[in-house]
Amino acid sequence: MTDDAPDSIDPAASPSRRRGSRWGLRRRILLTFTLGSTLLAVLLAVTTYGLSRSNVIQQREGTSIDAAKRNAQAVQASLRGPALTVQPALDALESFGVQRALVWYAGGWSPGNGRYQETALPQSLVDRVIEDAVPARMVVDVDGEPNVVVGWPLANDGAYFEFFSLTEVDSTLSSVRLSLYLAGLITIVLGILAGTVAARRAVRPVADAAQAAKSIAGGRLDTRLEPSGDPDLGVLASSFNDMAEALQRRIERDGRFASDVSHELRSPLMTLAASIEVIEGRRHEMPERAQAAVDLLSSDVARFRTLVEDLLEISRFDAGAVRLHLEELLVSQFVRQAIGVSSLPDIVLTTTARAERMLITGDRRRLARAVANLIDNARIHGGGDARVGVIVPVDDDAVADRVQISVEDLGPGVPVDERRLIFERFARGGGAGRRSGNDGSGLGLALVAEHIRLHGGDVWVESRHDGRDGARFVIELPAEEVSDE
Amino acid sequence: MGTRILSVEDDERIRSAVKLALEDEGWTVDEAGSGEEAIGIFHLRPADVVLIDIMLPGIDGFELCRTIRRTSDVPVVMVTARNDTHDIVAGLEAGADDYLTKPFAPKELSARIRALLRRVRPSSTPHSRIVLGDLELIPDEGKVQRNGEEIHLTKTEFRLLCEMADNPGKVFSREALLDKVWGYDYFGDGRLVDVHVRRLRTKIELDPANPRHVVTVRGLGYRLQT
Repeated sequence: MTDDAPDSIDPAASPSRRRGSRWGLRRRILLTFTLGSTLLAVLLAVTTYGLSRSNVIQQREGTSIDAAKRNAQAVQASLRGPALTVQPALDALESFGVQRALVWYAGGWSPGNGRYQETALPQSLVDRVIEDAVPARMVVDVDGEPNVVVGWPLANDGAYFEFFSLTEVDSTLSSVRLSLYLAGLITIVLGILAGTVAARRAVRPVADAAQAAKSIAGGRLDTRLEPSGDPDLGVLASSFNDMAEALQRRIERDGRFASDVSHELRSPLMTLAASIEVIEGRRHEMPERAQAAVDLLSSDVARFRTLVEDLLEISRFDAGAVRLHLEELLVSQFVRQAIGVSSLPDIVLTTTARAERMLITGDRRRLARAVANLIDNARIHGGGDARVGVIVPVDDDAVADRVQISVEDLGPGVPVDERRLIFERFARGGGAGRRSGNDGSGLGLALVAEHIRLHGGDVWVESRHDGRDGARFVIELPAEEVSDE
Repeated sequence: MGTRILSVEDDERIRSAVKLALEDEGWTVDEAGSGEEAIGIFHLRPADVVLIDIMLPGIDGFELCRTIRRTSDVPVVMVTARNDTHDIVAGLEAGADDYLTKPFAPKELSARIRALLRRVRPSSTPHSRIVLGDLELIPDEGKVQRNGEEIHLTKTEFRLLCEMADNPGKVFSREALLDKVWGYDYFGDGRLVDVHVRRLRTKIELDPANPRHVVTVRGLGYRLQT
């Protein structure tokens, strides 16, 4: 009823609230976990890759330097001998599988092998090894392939250079990279999963509390939260339960008070009702003024009785103690009977052939009371007359799953803004005089609403369909159509 | 001799006012403020109808009703405080024939009492003897026998049985039985019929859980079969 009130009161407040909710707790936790795991994965990958890369390259360079040194010494040794050219030495090396060697000797380069010519050597390395006569190494690309070149000075201003391919190292590193990518991805996915779980767990107590609050608002006052072992969340649960407890106690006390009052009123009322009947039996023996007073007294005692009965009935509703005595009823036949025992027993019921076949499941006495209350209402506030109808509010070829009982009057009608209000307890709208009379308990329509709601139906008031002044009260109930036999 | 009514109610004011109203109907009213007092008075001057408020000091209305039922089939009207199923069914189970819920108008009470008094008189059935299998009804004498042995029924139970026995095999709706036996209109309480049928079964059926005489017809009512 009032659920939608905040939205309609301040529409400007809702966009900002919606934006706030877009970054709800759950989303924030998830985001934190995702960012955290991504950061962790990247950091780990970068560090691991960096370390293993330098490690592998260092190792490769170490072995390259050793090999180059050995080969350079072999070349040097062969140059000390009778040979004056380096070719025999290079041939000897080649027979050991060394193919990418170059030698600078006596102002000339030995012929290289394929791509591995002196032109591939960087000038700074050549200068350093030949001019400064110190061993050096450098990483170079030969036709897009990474190589480490180690230069070793020889005696007599010679120099030995050898290319060592880094392709192997590269492929090792790329498989490391692949593993790291995979590991990183898995870490991130796990992070997101953990974040989802954590977010759900973090929000669950809040969701539980929201659910419980909704259930309490829906009238189930005994709803409580499960006590939680978590000390942080335990506070929420226990204070929520305390609140619910206090609320329930308060509501029950209020309800009991109304019920106790009406119970207490019944005894004096019994005495009054019995006594006034005795007096009424002797009405003809009284002077005229006393008769008028007796009439007033007796009609108000009757009203008082209705009020107390209605109060008792409604406090039973509040206590949830109403149990329906359900049976199947042919609705049109039933409404005819209900009219017969109402305050306007001569009303003719308008129905259709289809409406005559509609079957409802309901508590006969309570539904009759609801119909009688609507007829009373029409009699008191609606110009003293009423028209009652039963219709099936669906198309002819559609399945009839509900039926409407309407009570129309010739009163001033009910203003639109009071149409919901008049089903509230003791609602006495000032508008157009409806419900401003002194008759009735002020609970009649509220009881109708409670009865009908308990039957899974609905009740409302609208304008007459024929355009005349007056109210049209409609009770709609779930029903089924029985086939003709 | 006029009709005598015993009114058991602990609230003195209500008792006095009800007495005045019932006396206006031409009935003699005895009053009792407690169950114990009521039992004493009832032994001294048996009443034609007993009116019992459930809430009594000392033994309560249910117990009083059971005590009276042990020795008498006098019609009993229970006055319940609440219109809830528990009190009403408990009252009827204790042997009450009808009930009223406070606050009631004395006119309703006298209407109920008149209906009960009508029931006490022999029913209008034209049969002097109805045989239903092992059961034999003698309406004029208000007697039921099973295999020649007399079964004790209250007036209401007997009237209920007679109404159905008038037309064995016919299905009687609860409303029809309420109208014929209790004098209620269409909006009487179906529980009255249900509880009385239950009580009737425990007396006339060999196996009340599987009744052979008073059979429930689902959704419609009850039927008597031979």
